[in-house]
Amino acid sequence: MEKERNYTLKIWRQPNAQSKGEFKTYEVKNISTGTSFLEMLDILNEELTLKGEDPVYFDHDCREGICGMCSLFINGRPHGPDEEVTVCQMHMRMFEDGSTITIEPWRARAFPVIKDLVVDRSAFDRIIQAGGFISVNTGVTTDANAILISKENADLAMDAAACIGCGACVAACKNASAMLFVSAKVSQLALLPQGQSERKRRALAMVEQMDKEGFGACTNTGACSAECPKGIDLSNIARLNREYFTASVS
Amino acid sequence: MGWFTKLINSSLGRKLLMSLTGLFLITFLVIHLIGNTAIFKGDDGLAFNAYAKFMSTNPLIHTVSYLLYAGIILHVIIAITLYFRNKSSRPVGYDKLNARANSSWESRNMTLLGLLILAFLFIHLKDFWWQYKYHGGYEFQIDADGNRDIYALVIEQFKTPFALVSYLIGLIALFFHLKHGFWSAFQTLGLDHKKYTPLIKALGLLYAILVPLGFASMPVYVYFFK
Ligand code: HEM
Ligand code: SF4
Ligand code: FES
Repeated sequence: MEKERNYTLKIWRQPNAQSKGEFKTYEVKNISTGTSFLEMLDILNEELTLKGEDPVYFDHDCREGICGMCSLFINGRPHGPDEEVTVCQMHMRMFEDGSTITIEPWRARAFPVIKDLVVDRSAFDRIIQAGGFISVNTGVTTDANAILISKENADLAMDAAACIGCGACVAACKNASAMLFVSAKVSQLALLPQGQSERKRRALAMVEQMDKEGFGACTNTGACSAECPKGIDLSNIARLNREYFTASVS
Repeated sequence: MGWFTKLINSSLGRKLLMSLTGLFLITFLVIHLIGNTAIFKGDDGLAFNAYAKFMSTNPLIHTVSYLLYAGIILHVIIAITLYFRNKSSRPVGYDKLNARANSSWESRNMTLLGLLILAFLFIHLKDFWWQYKYHGGYEFQIDADGNRDIYALVIEQFKTPFALVSYLIGLIALFFHLKHGFWSAFQTLGLDHKKYTPLIKALGLLYAILVPLGFASMPVYVYFFK
């Protein structure tokens, strides 16, 4: 067993959307290396609660890397230093004993802070509502193999569908651009037969909503894909550009 | 026309224009570089002066040159609108930011690099284009072939340390701008392919090195060896 570690936490505290907010410093002690990052925050919050202080608010739900709720900007990177991992799946062994860990909320005009480290990501929901769906009649489930799909497209669509909507791409981008998210959501449907009938309308409507929400434009820095916990590829952004331009002129 | 205004007002439409004007400038730079190599001919500038005369009098080139001015102006204006839009998308920044972990420096500083190129362009145009086309005050000699001797002006300018340093700074900025911009322009157009994208990236790096190096060779040659 490796010895337990101690950390200094520098955490953004902000009582509500209107207030200014500031960093507060906390000490956590005797954290085992196998503790997950969120469990470490649970330990801190337990102590704060026992002392009668307001616990640190942060988003989380599944804690197994599939829901996209956890959203912490740790030591200058969304989801922290580990590669292709959400913060809920990252362990404290990633952080040296005695080090200071800075924890901030996602920063974007389109993601306003609600409280402490919790931000409002409903802008993503509105982008999906604008066109990130297919219209099908409900009824009996159809045979999954009735429509033939090439292996290549099926794989690409599945890769795009891995996006969990966490917003790390926006948080990482110097322009707070949502292009990687939108491109994944457009791609997963554009690549499949079921997505064809609404294909053009979808690309136009989702980009329009993305712009309206106040996300920045894409400079192709690649920060989004490098920080994406699901490894969504930049080729999706190229596909979104194609989808949007062809939909615009046709 | 509704679709067109909608397109160019969208973030993607703006980027489309950045990409197209950028690729146009990339094409122009190759032609400009090839033409300018006449400076190395060792004929006291006869070929270079004839080339300059051709470029300023040929009607086709004349038309294309207006397209070029428009292209540069458009590229710069959209760059500035994008800069402000992108800035306003993150009103509160991070206290601790490790951008190096996920992106290249040049990709994050395209505006700064562009402004350096723009500053260089002003110096460059004032030195030659302004003098040659708009008679900015320099008295041109006439060479043995009866052409105005812009070669002599080039030599005179490139003998100054200010020209040497400003050209080198401008061309280093161009190297970084294109190191990211060349591939980026294809990505913006949606031209991405499993097999060809690595090729475009390699070609982009090659271009970003060779073209600025080619241009830099001229002031360096004149300053040190002429
Ligand atoms: C001969 C000179 C120039 C060439 C060949 C050139 C080329 C390019 C290319 C190919 C791109 C990539 C387009 C894309 O990402 O789709 C680009 C982007 C850019 N250029 Fe230039 N450029 C030049 C001058 C300038 C100047 C004078 C500025 C002035 C501010 C500028 C500012 C920018 C900016 C800000 C971008 C990035 C836009 C973004 O993605 O947000 N460039 N340039
Ligand atoms: S593209 Fe990646 S980083 Fe962006 S929302 Fe989807 S999973 Fe998160
Ligand atoms: S809490 Fe669900 S992905 Fe992290």
